[in-house]
Amino acid sequence: MTPPVDFGAVDLGPAAAGREPASDRTRGTVADHPLFRGLRDRFGEGIRSHAVHAGDQCVVWIDPARNLEILGWLRDDPDHLFDAMIDVTAVDYGGGQPVNVVYQLYSIRHRHALRLRCELPLEALEIDSTTGLWSSANWLEREVFDLFGVTFRGHPDLRRILMPDNYAEGHPLRKDFPLRGRFSRAEQTRRALDQDLENFYIPTDLEAGGDPQLSEDSDSGGGV
Amino acid sequence: MAGARTVELNIAPGREMGPGGSTVVSPLAPFDIPEPDAGTEGMLINIGPQHPATHGVLRLVCELDGETVVRVTPHIGYLHSSFEKLGEYRTWNQIVTLTDRMDYLAPLVYNCAYVMSVEKLMGIEVTERCKVVRVMLMELDRIFGHLLWLGTTAIDVGAFTPFLYCFKERERIYQLHEAYTGARITTSATRVGGMMADLPEGWTDQLRDFVDTFPDTLADVDRLLTANQIHIGRTQGIGTIGPEEAVDAGFTGPNLRATGVDYDVRKDQPYYDYETYDFEVPVGEHGDCYDRYLCRLEEMRQSVLILRQALDRLPGGPIDIDDPSIVLPSKTDAMSDMESMIHHFKLITEGIPAPAGDCYFPIEASKGELGMYLVAEEGGTKPVRWRVRPPSFVNLSVIPKLAEGHLVSDLIVINASLDIVLGEIDR
Repeated sequence: MTPPVDFGAVDLGPAAAGREPASDRTRGTVADHPLFRGLRDRFGEGIRSHAVHAGDQCVVWIDPARNLEILGWLRDDPDHLFDAMIDVTAVDYGGGQPVNVVYQLYSIRHRHALRLRCELPLEALEIDSTTGLWSSANWLEREVFDLFGVTFRGHPDLRRILMPDNYAEGHPLRKDFPLRGRFSRAEQTRRALDQDLENFYIPTDLEAGGDPQLSEDSDSGGGV
Repeated sequence: MAGARTVELNIAPGREMGPGGSTVVSPLAPFDIPEPDAGTEGMLINIGPQHPATHGVLRLVCELDGETVVRVTPHIGYLHSSFEKLGEYRTWNQIVTLTDRMDYLAPLVYNCAYVMSVEKLMGIEVTERCKVVRVMLMELDRIFGHLLWLGTTAIDVGAFTPFLYCFKERERIYQLHEAYTGARITTSATRVGGMMADLPEGWTDQLRDFVDTFPDTLADVDRLLTANQIHIGRTQGIGTIGPEEAVDAGFTGPNLRATGVDYDVRKDQPYYDYETYDFEVPVGEHGDCYDRYLCRLEEMRQSVLILRQALDRLPGGPIDIDDPSIVLPSKTDAMSDMESMIHHFKLITEGIPAPAGDCYFPIEASKGELGMYLVAEEGGTKPVRWRVRPPSFVNLSVIPKLAEGHLVSDLIVINASLDIVLGEIDR
């Protein structure tokens, strides 16, 4: 017997609630990775666990409160020299599990890669920004902020990047965000047509040019 | 055009092509006139999102002092299609169709990059034939992407002819796409564990024909642009960035190599036996628009070399792996054999189960390092997270730094030289 389909229900995404944290199940498969041991000796409890995924990819879970210290050391230590921050992203497993912020590092000097992950509890989605270490993190962290709602402390320009600045529906890549958005199609259309011309510029844009020079008929050109 | 090829041209700085291929003194010899002080006040100019010179729906808000860019703020997201969110609702093979809509200028590279990451996550080793076919497709689309960049960038600096030459060649690649996949842009050619089909009869001959004649067109464009005074004047010393800065800013691909850093994923983290192909990675020196142009031009020649070697070594044998729990059975088998029908049914309705874990697999796309990051749960037939590390997105983020202090017309050239594609930036 299949249960009756509730067409009004909000789709909570593909990950079912109540599973154990996925990151826990995959941990510590290779206890003696040299890189992990070096990090553990240096940072102690700041390094939480590690795993080798997909055959040969080293993943290390670190304490989110000490991310700048650990990342800064990895960038500057002559044995590691991770000079390129290739990617910053996040993973939401759904079901109230912590959101993982993922740093993908690469050392062009030594030609090796490393992935770091920080688990942030849903009620405190905050972490220090790494823009001071790598300027490439700027837009990448903005994207994580936009799509996951993770706040990066000390980021110079933390604004939405892909979604509109005044987007009111939340953070789309979170698992509790329904695929079609939170608002009805009619509401989405109404908001899109209601946009104010001022919203197309950010405050720093407008201070640059002084008073915006609007044309006579600009009040009719507010929609997109 | 055939006649032009027989004429030996002697073009050097300060010289240009005259009547009949003769050399004449350029009327546009390098000149250095100080910018007149117009004494204007700050001005805010909005370029885009609908503007042909932004190469897509990119919007640049520029603060100008006279004609000089003081600050530029890119606004993106106009083409946001939430591919990554959609991917979480699709099985591993269904996502392939999303990937070629990101970089529609080199779709096969994205098709391949995605399934390569899935195969890495699942520990699948594809057949030798499949590897070589994918190398051919990726190199073909590297040329495909670079040709569009070459043609449109030439238009941005005022040269129209190279655009026609490039698009004539692109049309031939479109035909190769169509002959293989049935589609010209939305190819969706790959599947986990193999390809959608084996190469059709005569396809390799068509490719060989392209590989044999394409370098001539490239040489024509080379002659039109490389020593062209206007082109040199518009691109040399424009949008310069140093190697350390470029690495720090996250540059990858030809943009990074133009600064002198020889980072190429094909050499540094080789996949599909790239280490056994004989090719060079062109590296620039100055990190300006002109060096980026030279790097891409040379990359196309190197891609032709790789294509020739791949055509020569293309082995026979099956293109899909022999594992009925991953690859669909043939139509005949599915209709006549019970076991195959069950596998077909299970694969279509359930998908391929993945092991728990995550996987980041970088490849060298035409725009730079393209990484597909996948997170799966134990037995998951859909990804928990599918993340595309977008090369153009990171490359574009540097444009405020590059354009500062240049003229508005240079901003257009800098933007063109970065070789961005908005479908992938906005995803």
